[in-house]
Parts: sequence; C-alpha cells; structure tokens
Amino acid sequence: MLELKNVSFLVDAEGKDKEIIRDVSLAVPDRKLVVVTGPNGGGKSTLAKLIAGIEKPVSGRIFFNGEDITELGVTERAQKGIAYAFQQPVRFKGIRVLDLIRIAAGKTLSVSDACRYLSSVGLCARDYVDREVNASLSGGELKRIEIATVLARKAVLSVFDEPEAGIDLWSFRNLTEVFQQMREDIRDSSILIISHQERILNIADEIVVIKDGVVEKQGSRDEVYPHLMKTEVAALCEGPYKPAGKEDAEC
Amino acid sequence: MLKLDEIQKRLLREVADLHEVPEGAYNIRSNSASAGRQSTANIEITSKEDVSGLEIRIKPGTKNESVHIPVVMTQSGLKEVVYNDFFIGEGADVVIIAGCGIDNCGNQDSQHDGIHRFYVGKNARIRYVEKHYGSGTGSGKRILNPGTEVYMEEGSYAEMEMVQIKGVDDTVRTTTAELAAGAKLVVRERLMTHGEQRAISNYVVNLNGQDASADVVSRSVARDHSFQKFDAKIVGNAACHGHTECDSIIMDEGRILAVPALEANNVDAALVHEAAIGKIAGEQLIKLMTLGLTAAEAEEQIINGFLQ
Repeated sequence: MLELKNVSFLVDAEGKDKEIIRDVSLAVPDRKLVVVTGPNGGGKSTLAKLIAGIEKPVSGRIFFNGEDITELGVTERAQKGIAYAFQQPVRFKGIRVLDLIRIAAGKTLSVSDACRYLSSVGLCARDYVDREVNASLSGGELKRIEIATVLARKAVLSVFDEPEAGIDLWSFRNLTEVFQQMREDIRDSSILIISHQERILNIADEIVVIKDGVVEKQGSRDEVYPHLMKTEVAALCEGPYKPAGKEDAEC
Repeated sequence: MLKLDEIQKRLLREVADLHEVPEGAYNIRSNSASAGRQSTANIEITSKEDVSGLEIRIKPGTKNESVHIPVVMTQSGLKEVVYNDFFIGEGADVVIIAGCGIDNCGNQDSQHDGIHRFYVGKNARIRYVEKHYGSGTGSGKRILNPGTEVYMEEGSYAEMEMVQIKGVDDTVRTTTAELAAGAKLVVRERLMTHGEQRAISNYVVNLNGQDASADVVSRSVARDHSFQKFDAKIVGNAACHGHTECDSIIMDEGRILAVPALEANNVDAALVHEAAIGKIAGEQLIKLMTLGLTAAEAEEQIINGFLQ
C-alpha cells in the first residue's frame, strides 16, 4: 500500500517558485491497479518521480506499507519494492538488453528466463537479448524493453509513466494483457499507471484525475470514468484523451 | 609454465588470458629474454639478428591458427625496445595475441616499447589483440609505448583490438596504416586511466586504393587526475570510406583532448569523424538506481558496459 499525504512540489521558474504538485493525497491499495490521468503539464510525471524518489517533496509525507519513505533515496525505495518505468527510457552504450534485465531481476537469470520477459512485451526475444540498449533501438523497442525491466523486478509496487507512448496501437491489446498478467503473477502487487489511453483506463480499479497539480477527482473506475467521458468533447479539443475509434471526432 | 614465477604467470593471464602454454605458435618474452617459443608447420617464429625482436612468418593460406607473443616484465628499471615483424601470407586467416604486463615493485621506471609491423598479404585476414596491464606498488613508473605499422594489400582485412584498462602510468601509442584497394581496417581501442596517468593515442590511416575502408573507434574513461589525448587522422586518397570516433567519459578531475582529423584528397573519398566527451549522464545513474543498484554500483555497470 502506497500513500501520499498532502504532498507538494515546487520548481524554480525564472527566479519564482512554481507549484507543480499541490497538496496531493492519494492511495494505491494492495492488489489494485490505479490509473492517474489528466491534461498534459498537470503534474502526473512529477507525481511518479516523487514516488520513485527521483524528486523530493517540499512538504507532505509518502508512506509505503506503513513506513515513512519520504527521506529515502531512489536505491532504497527500489530495494523496498518500488519499480518505475521511465516515460522516456534511457539508452546505454555497451550495456546489453540481457544485462539490463539481469540487473533488474537482481540475480543471474538464464537467457531463456530473460527472453520470457521480452516475449511478454511483444519482442522476438532472440533478436534482442544480445543487442545493446543504445541508439540503434527504435523508441518503440526501447519502450518495450523498459517495461520488460520493470516486469523482471517483480516489485510490490510498479509505477509506469505513459507506457503506451511510442507503442503502436496494433500491439496495444498486448500491453493491457501485460498489466493483467502482472497482477496474477506478483502476489499482493499493486500497479500505478500514468496514461491517457481509454484501454488502460478501462482496466483500472481506480482512476485519479490530476489537473494543474491538484487531484480533481478520484474514485472507482465506475465513478470517475463517466465523468471523464462527459468532458470528452472538450478533452478531444485539448488533446489529452483519445478514445479509441474517436480520433477523428470533430470539436 | 616454463620458467615463470607466480607474478609472471599472473601478468600472462591478464594480458593474454593464458593459463597454460598456448596452443599453436608462441613466443613468451620475460624480462628481455625468451622464456619459451614454438613454431608450427605454417607459422615460423625466428629472432631478429640486428635488433631485439622477432620475425613471424605466416604461410599463405594458413587458416584458423593463432600466434601468441606476450611480454612480461617484473624487474624494476628494465628498459627495452623490441621490433616484431609479421608477414601474413596471401589468403591466410589468423589470430595474433600480443600484450604486455609490467609489475614494478621497485623505484626505477620500467619501460617496454614494442614496435609491431604487419605486412598483410592479398586477401589475408588477421585479428590482432593487444592488452596492456600494469601492477606493483613501487614508485617506479610503468611505461608502454607501442608503435604499430600496418601495410595492407588488396582485399585484406585487419581487426585490431587494443585494450589498456589498468596500471600503466604512461603510454604513447602510435599507429599508422596504409591500405590498398578493397582493404579494410577496423580498430577498437579501449582505455581507462587512473591517478596521474597519461595516455596518448595517435593514428594516421591512409586509404590509398579504391574501396579501401577504415573504422577507428576509441572508447575511453579518464578518472582521477589522468590525462588522455586521442589524435586520429584518416586520409582518403581514393574512392574510399573512413570513419573515426572517440567516445569518452570523464570523471573526477580527468582531462581528455580529442583531435579527430580528416583529409580528403579525392572527390569520392567519404570520411566521417565523431567525437564526444562527457560525464556519465544523470538519467543513466537514476535508471540503474531504480533497479536497486547504489550510485557506485550503477557507475561501475555503466563504465564496464561502455568499455566492453
């Protein structure tokens, strides 16, 4: 169980403090899949970084399984069972896909075990294990490998920042299956996904809408989803929500 | 192994992965004397008569054979210049493993300057591996100045892997190559310097024949107060392809000077150089830390991968 209590975060913008996250409180209960959504620039990615420990809040506390982890660094949080998939995955010269998955698993995985993680994100494993995680990989390939590294961690809490970005719609169904499979494979695991995608919102237990750094709405999917759809026309004009099949809708 | 003590054996393991007497042709040089030599039916190793060094003659058409010529030095204050010439016959395909390990526990400098000349015959292929390693706690410096000259005939191929990761205080590496039509040279240099070490690499590659090509890539890490200079020049004298790349990570107070140079003397010469120097990207460290590594472990993984 992850809990954020009255968390705020500021950045310095031209000498002035700019609030990115304002007094946000939310919980990701065990065995739940929570999707955080909302307009671009609303603070969603910052929220994910605050959970992973990449950014530190200026006020408020973060609790993980009852323990206050606000002051803990990235490594300590990872070791306590928080995994984080980057929105824009990092490239490494000389580090192979296999090396990265082994580091993620925290033990010496056999090649065939590592391949299983790659296959589950839709990559033909044999073609990828020995490749370097460098500029020769496309954005979509890199994104799938990023998701595979998080799967390999078998973490208690997995945070994904826009996992669908750069992945073609053709293999999208596969992506939602990955999350559902994760819930079955990892006992008591919870998942937090930042996403605009209707198909991902559809598999959520709970939805949190973040706008201008504050929680605009949060609750079960059945409660929040109709509210999102009501604002669909306006949202389409702003661009953040793109329901499948309605990409061409006129504003 | 032969007349070698434990330190010499350790050096051999470091520079040539040798645990036993190697298979095939070899010459092991230890403290300026030959500690063992073997020629084979196709590869003949003889001593030079005028200067210190070897002549290694590989018969045309020799396939899947290897030559090991490692050098170890454990006497402080030893200084030597060695000339080794390799004659690789037409159509041969061989692996040549060189390398030098110095253990200096004394207070005098130890220095090995190995001058290697390769005459690569028509359509012959070689893979050359050269590792440098230094150890010992004495105040005497460990100095290695390798000189490599490569003469490549038509259609020949040479792949050269030069590695210096630890313990060598001062290096000036000079490599020159002359390529005839259709010849291809691939150089992979990997270098890490520590402490007050200094390493200088100079390359001049002349692409003289049609469709000759060269790919010279250096990856290096400069730590502590060390200094590196990478100076690579590719000269295109015909319709050819040349690429040189220096990719470096600096840490601590390390300094690196990269001087990539291209000279095109023919309108169909296609030459490219790339050079990049920078510290380890913060997001690379963070990614590995989100996988549970400490900052120091993450740094080690990134450097090991980079120098792989």
